Amino acid sequence: MSAPPAISLRGISKRFGAVQANDAVDLDVAEGTIHGIIGENGAGKSTLVSILSGHYGADAGEIALFGESVKLASSADAIARGIGMVHQHFMLVPNFTVLENLQLGFAKTRLLKAGRKDLLARIAAISSAYGLEVDPFAVVERLPVGLQQRVEIVKALIGGGRILILDEPTGVLTPDETDRLFESLGVLKAKGVTILLITHKLREVMAVTDNVSVMRRGKMVAHRQTAQTNREELAELMVGRAVRPVRNVSPSANGEVVLQVERLSVRDETGAERLREVSFDLRAGEILGVAGVAGNGQSELLAMLAGLMPPAAGTVRIGAREIGAASPSDPAEMRALGLAHVPEDRRREGLVLPFAMRENAVLGYLDEARARRPWMIDRTRMTGRCQALMDTFDVRPANPALRAAGFSGGNQQKLVLAREHGASPRILLVGQPTRGVDVGAIEFIHRQLLALREAGCAIILVSVELDEILALSDRIMAMNGGRIVGIVDAAEADRQSVGLMMAGVAHPLPTGTAEPVYRDEAIL
Amino acid sequence: MTTPLPRWADLLVIPLLNLLLAFLVAGLVVALIGENPWRALTVMLQGAFVYPGSLGYTLYYATNFIFTGLAVAVAFQARLFNIGGEGQAAIGGLGVALVCLALDPYLPVVLVIPLAILAAAIFGAGWAFLPGLLQATRGSHVVITTIMFNFIAAGLLVALLTGALMRPGQSTPQTRNLDALLPKVHEILRAVGIDAAPSPLNVSIVIALLACVGVWLLVWRTPFGFRVRTLGESEPAARYAGVAVPRTVIVVMCISGALAGLMAINEVIGAQGKLVLNYTAGYGFTGIAVALMGRSHPVGIVLASLLFGALYQGGTELSFEFDTIDREMVLVIQGLIILFSGALAFMLERPLARLLTPRARLAHG
Repeated sequence: MSAPPAISLRGISKRFGAVQANDAVDLDVAEGTIHGIIGENGAGKSTLVSILSGHYGADAGEIALFGESVKLASSADAIARGIGMVHQHFMLVPNFTVLENLQLGFAKTRLLKAGRKDLLARIAAISSAYGLEVDPFAVVERLPVGLQQRVEIVKALIGGGRILILDEPTGVLTPDETDRLFESLGVLKAKGVTILLITHKLREVMAVTDNVSVMRRGKMVAHRQTAQTNREELAELMVGRAVRPVRNVSPSANGEVVLQVERLSVRDETGAERLREVSFDLRAGEILGVAGVAGNGQSELLAMLAGLMPPAAGTVRIGAREIGAASPSDPAEMRALGLAHVPEDRRREGLVLPFAMRENAVLGYLDEARARRPWMIDRTRMTGRCQALMDTFDVRPANPALRAAGFSGGNQQKLVLAREHGASPRILLVGQPTRGVDVGAIEFIHRQLLALREAGCAIILVSVELDEILALSDRIMAMNGGRIVGIVDAAEADRQSVGLMMAGVAHPLPTGTAEPVYRDEAIL
Repeated sequence: MTTPLPRWADLLVIPLLNLLLAFLVAGLVVALIGENPWRALTVMLQGAFVYPGSLGYTLYYATNFIFTGLAVAVAFQARLFNIGGEGQAAIGGLGVALVCLALDPYLPVVLVIPLAILAAAIFGAGWAFLPGLLQATRGSHVVITTIMFNFIAAGLLVALLTGALMRPGQSTPQTRNLDALLPKVHEILRAVGIDAAPSPLNVSIVIALLACVGVWLLVWRTPFGFRVRTLGESEPAARYAGVAVPRTVIVVMCISGALAGLMAINEVIGAQGKLVLNYTAGYGFTGIAVALMGRSHPVGIVLASLLFGALYQGGTELSFEFDTIDREMVLVIQGLIILFSGALAFMLERPLARLLTPRARLAHG
């Protein structure tokens, strides 16, 4: 007779308007195991977790914790039942210390000072019991992201957490920090904590979980023991069809240099130096992957090259044009120079969400919509152009009159890519092309990028998904603290060597020594 | 999750419901002071549309509101809140007066009038240019700067109308009578043999309606309007798309100011025939409510202007008819309408959406 499961969900359903976010979901999570939940964006993972953490009430269904049927009416209820939640975006006050952040939820006394000693003791107890060292007096914003996340985990456990839910915990971490997180999870599991890991990265599921459940379109479609499944099967279950990962296998074209960056520095509005003396060349027909943990200068590099930020020092040369501090550029000029840009944040920059798709199809390319009457927009042309883009890039629904806000992330991104592709650029800047995009669309977008490369376009690809960079790039440039740590041929790079460079180690270990080369595996 | 309302509900049902609510509460107030709300409404409607000349007055007021409403709406497309219509209209009036005072002794009226109209627009635009420039280059918020510019404009007009521009030999703060006047509508009608009661309504209303068409074309059909709307919805997207943000902000503010300035022609060379102190009389501010109620769309603005025109005219009639209802009471009623259709404009959105969605769900099975 085995113990009752730590979490038992029966027939959980939740509907938002026309969307059935969760449809009769069943789930059993055995105590003291790490259980993965995977699924594409919009599969209903976040809704399920929100129900479990008391954030939403379910429309129907039952929740039992450790064999006891419960009603979770609020987050406080869930915390009282021992459920701790670590959100994808940290819920910490950046300019508070670790202790102050914990006092925010757990100070039980009227005066902060009175409960301070007690709380410090509890933090110390948790730190030593689970090997989660944190300095209670450190200011959160000065901690590295990995440690901030550790604070979140301590916060989740200090509430008496027996169940820990982590929502996409590795999105902001370096590979090294990810490894350390997984070590911590191992310790927690050994101490009997039940862990629910929400992710869309199959490699992580395979690496740390005991069991895995797959969601698709609000339904729980499969439960597997991790040891008895593989990435291919899980990918197929997630998408609902076989997925063929895309890889850059053809030899580099070694074309002419189309972009020369020399000792380029960029400062942000506050005057802080975000890019420091960056130099590199970009050749026609190559994909230069820029690897780095978010916030190490990649965004500023893209923004500068797109004409959105002026250089503080150094030069960028495109053809005959030399851009420097005294001669900055703007986005319109960069487009005229043959540079197209798929921005990192498509919802804020790449699209105007309340606009119809046809208007978004000419964003930045208004000339495409006014050939005959220069001072008027030709709406027939605009709609026709959008329709053509939607047809070639399989944007669904293919209706130019619908608002951009109503499309899924993947379809929005396809339209942005189609629009920039349609300008037949010589240089394409791509930021986070598959963030928030489902697996089927990822495959499509990757193929389009490779097709552009084949056609001789020079591509700079910035992504926090290391697998994406490894799979698509000809050369990989790692950035840390606004500097280029190194540029290596993708053929000679693997997760470990690039990960070390991302952490700022200039000379990566000789490849092929320790880890298997993930470049040859599924990009999922 | 919010369910967006169908367009017809957003544009028609919501404003009508808001109006109805405002009239209900106003009716309660009228009942409280012991008058019959129904009779008050009748008097107001008759005063606005039926009595001889009343329709002319209603349309004349509406002309002012169309100009100032359009001014607010154009700026709002770029999410700029130009509440300086009052000052821009005042300075527009100054431009009209200066052109007429300087030129009407020498040039024929048909030449002076176009120049005066141009001056109204240019002076209004000029008064909005500085707040636009400050917003674009220094980040000074236009709400603050335009309202301060209202005071400067008012002060400037007091100084000029009690000084250099005052009618010679008089002590009222106003200019001499101007010669270059826009034809009144009742005069035109009489000329073609239709008898019409006299009213201040003049051909400015045609220019106002043309301005509506112009604004619609500019905002929804030109590349410039596209850029303005992009900037309004998302500044990062506008920058990404290569919109020169500072220049666009300045130009939008100038267009907005020009529209507010054009209000001057309806008053200075339309109704009054001279520039008098404080001729703007709050029309600039009411333009904000007009633009809000008209959902920043020219068609909506025309309808809202008609409503406010009728309220102004009918309200005046109301205070003539009832001893207990004075000018202040009329202001209360107008205030209620602004409150419901402006400040509480979106109060009914959710209930209405909820009312409309079950049917949609049934339709889907």
